[in-house]
Amino acid sequence: MNLTLDVWRQRHAGDQGRIVRYQAGGISPDMSFLEMLDVVNEGLILGGDEPIAFDHDCREGICGMCGFMINGIAHGPERATTVCQLHMRHFRDGDSLTIEPWRAGAFPVVRDLIVDRSAFDRIIAAGGFISASTGSAPEANNIAVPKQDADSAMDAAACIGCGACVAACPNASAMLFTAAKVVHLGVLPQGQPERKGRVKAMVETMDGLGFGHCTNIGECAAVCPKEIGMDTIAFLNRDLARSAVLTGNGRA
Amino acid sequence: MSTLLETRTGSDLDGKTPTGPIEERWDRHRFELKLVNPANRRRYRVIMVGSGLAGASAAASLGELGYHVDCFCYQDSPRRAHSIAAQGGINAAKNYRNDGDSIYRLFYDTVKGGDFRAREANVYRLAQISVEIIDQCVAQGVPFAREYGGLLDTRSFGGAQVSRTFYARGQTGQQLLLGAYQAMERQIGLGTVAMYPRHEMLELIVADGRARGIVTRDMVTGEIEAHMGDAVVLATGGYGNVFYLSTNAKGCNTTAIWRAHRKGAFFANPCFTQIHPTCIPVTGDHQSKLTLMSESLRNDGRVWVPKKMGDSRPPEQIPEAERDYFLERKYPSFGNLVPRDVASRAAKEACDQGRGVGPGGRGVYLDFAEAIARLGAGAIKERYGNLFDMYERITAENPYEAPMRIYPAVHYTMGGLWVDYDLMSTVPGLFVTGEANFSDHGANRLGASALMQGLADGYFILPYTLADYLAQVGPQPTDGNLAGVTEAMAEVGARVERLLAIDGDRTADSFHRELGQIMWDHCGMARNEAGLRKALDRIPELRDEFWRNLKVSGTNEELNPALEKAGRVADFLELAELTCIDALHRGESSGGHFREESQTPEGEARRDDEHFSYVAGWEFTGVLSEPVLHKEPLAFEYVHPSQRSYK
Repeated sequence: MNLTLDVWRQRHAGDQGRIVRYQAGGISPDMSFLEMLDVVNEGLILGGDEPIAFDHDCREGICGMCGFMINGIAHGPERATTVCQLHMRHFRDGDSLTIEPWRAGAFPVVRDLIVDRSAFDRIIAAGGFISASTGSAPEANNIAVPKQDADSAMDAAACIGCGACVAACPNASAMLFTAAKVVHLGVLPQGQPERKGRVKAMVETMDGLGFGHCTNIGECAAVCPKEIGMDTIAFLNRDLARSAVLTGNGRA
Repeated sequence: MSTLLETRTGSDLDGKTPTGPIEERWDRHRFELKLVNPANRRRYRVIMVGSGLAGASAAASLGELGYHVDCFCYQDSPRRAHSIAAQGGINAAKNYRNDGDSIYRLFYDTVKGGDFRAREANVYRLAQISVEIIDQCVAQGVPFAREYGGLLDTRSFGGAQVSRTFYARGQTGQQLLLGAYQAMERQIGLGTVAMYPRHEMLELIVADGRARGIVTRDMVTGEIEAHMGDAVVLATGGYGNVFYLSTNAKGCNTTAIWRAHRKGAFFANPCFTQIHPTCIPVTGDHQSKLTLMSESLRNDGRVWVPKKMGDSRPPEQIPEAERDYFLERKYPSFGNLVPRDVASRAAKEACDQGRGVGPGGRGVYLDFAEAIARLGAGAIKERYGNLFDMYERITAENPYEAPMRIYPAVHYTMGGLWVDYDLMSTVPGLFVTGEANFSDHGANRLGASALMQGLADGYFILPYTLADYLAQVGPQPTDGNLAGVTEAMAEVGARVERLLAIDGDRTADSFHRELGQIMWDHCGMARNEAGLRKALDRIPELRDEFWRNLKVSGTNEELNPALEKAGRVADFLELAELTCIDALHRGESSGGHFREESQTPEGEARRDDEHFSYVAGWEFTGVLSEPVLHKEPLAFEYVHPSQRSYK
């Protein structure tokens, strides 16, 4: 396969950045999208140019490090698939692809397709945890967790923190990411004591980091590689409203 | 044998394992370890390199105790560490199933599974702690699988006869890591832990014979920085990427432990690597990594190749009589469930005979047709749906209709820096945890034991043993004016400059690929003296060419993936030589590796306890081809060595 790539190149955060065109020749349909970029980069390095910088690590769709826009879609055209798991057989010979980094004020570009997503870590540090210091845990089976709740927690906990939700959102909101953690911890009995404070602290931090507000558009859920649903956002909003009017452990 | 005579041998190593009844050793040792007064803990600073299960759990626990921790990772966030990719589960001797499990049985299985090349006392402690790990993770909100009554579910894994593996769908590693990461983020919020993402450790600082800090490169600005502390912990994972293709993440590397090795930390059993049988085969030269499919697939899939060499018919056109279900044929009692190393070797053997399937003939079938006929496609989908989807996404083949193709791939490294019972290396103040140490798995790791070990080290061992060290040395000045700091920084700067200045014709990736091929061909799951000697001739030549003909574009003062890669490959080129030397000296088959000269008349692995019942700790001498061997003899007081048999 031969492809035309229009790639965002930006040397550093302060650089203006621009689209540069590359021809990718001899691409095998069995390659992943990142392997295709590896081939392009080998050529660039040998020519004395600098390779296209992109974040990646596990290449199995679980670490959440990779991600960029392909023709305007976060992680490209395949449903529930990160770019590392997206294979070239889903494209046609001769295609033109525009490759850009996530665009959001809270995710400044570091270089080329790499953005700074440390804001996500700060949202977690604000309350995305259960305070259970090492050694203090009771016997694991002391508290039964209904299977349905454990399954809901797992559905939400599947979030890989890639940032596609923010990139796809016209408001650059981090609501889906934040809500996934609020649901994961909020449906488990172990997460109840901190439930009210958690949602407030995480949302306040999210707002303070420059993410936009959620207006329930749903672009986030459409691109989420782990198919986290909009229902998590409803859960967060309900908990947030409760935390504003109720005191104590969710009781009036 | 002759190879032994060429090895320079130094004094024996002492693992400092406590004595007495094995079930009391850790308790008694814990009591004997010194404590640090709570009010004094904030005066200590610990350098933690790596943020996976072993690193994040230790950073969180030490922060909770009141120490100051500086934690470093090369990724953009500590949540990316490769522990996240573990699928299957985590073992614990809870005996929730009433099926006869116990701490002693987990201990026994692990010592035996490691083919009698691990320390009994360490393994017993690991089995004891396994129980607490599950409690801790549940309290953190790890969403383990549950039964309808709300209690924890378990499954049997990797051929174990008891059901002791706890899991969170196919994402157990992810959920355990997020638990540790969240606990660490809590400490970051409280100010006890400081996180340095996109920082790569490039050198260890040793002053007055103690590990006192590290030199890092800020991967965004290129700045070379020294970070000082009272102790250094390396939790930097395994070195499986020395084979280029492995199931490790692309960034996984040996640099941290290799640099520490060059500064005095002995490297133990580097040739003990684990090859996992059920990975998706290579499709071409562009292949950048291999993807593991959970070995639970072997519970229902049947492994076969055509009987005829070079049979290129599609699988559905090969009649039953012309198929060789080689695992069932060779190992009638275990069949498709033989351990990882046995299954891997048999698959490679079939392919070496020219009976492999798929591109390049490097693959064997894993066929679910019979299971689908017996149980229905629905039941198979329920068990393996996500794995089947993943397979189809990567290969564009539907495993419900055609058999999967699988091939072995490097998955885990049992070898690593040598540590004593307290997880301290041969450099005082340098601790090593998780996959980075040579650990508790002997010559072969059992399924679902890596997560257990990483978290045992981080949550429940290091907080005690590190405190003992800190209490003994007292708080140290950390102003960076120590002897050795300037030199270490200068060395790093010079090495970076050297890589950039070569300006040759080959990329770091091209050297890495060639190195990986040498290692896979000659130091993989089956090795022999001639092949290892060939590798030992070839690796120094390749390393020489690397330093003459490498091409790195760009500069140091920017984010530069080509430069990062080059530095890592440079260290792999050195580690590879030590790995082959270790493999050559160990003239026995044990655990995950098969030494062709050491086999039974039936062609099975033959361990040699008379000559090799020891841990091989290698000391760096300044000359890569002449490391000195220090043996730690292994004694088995509880589990008596026996030959494994799966016939």
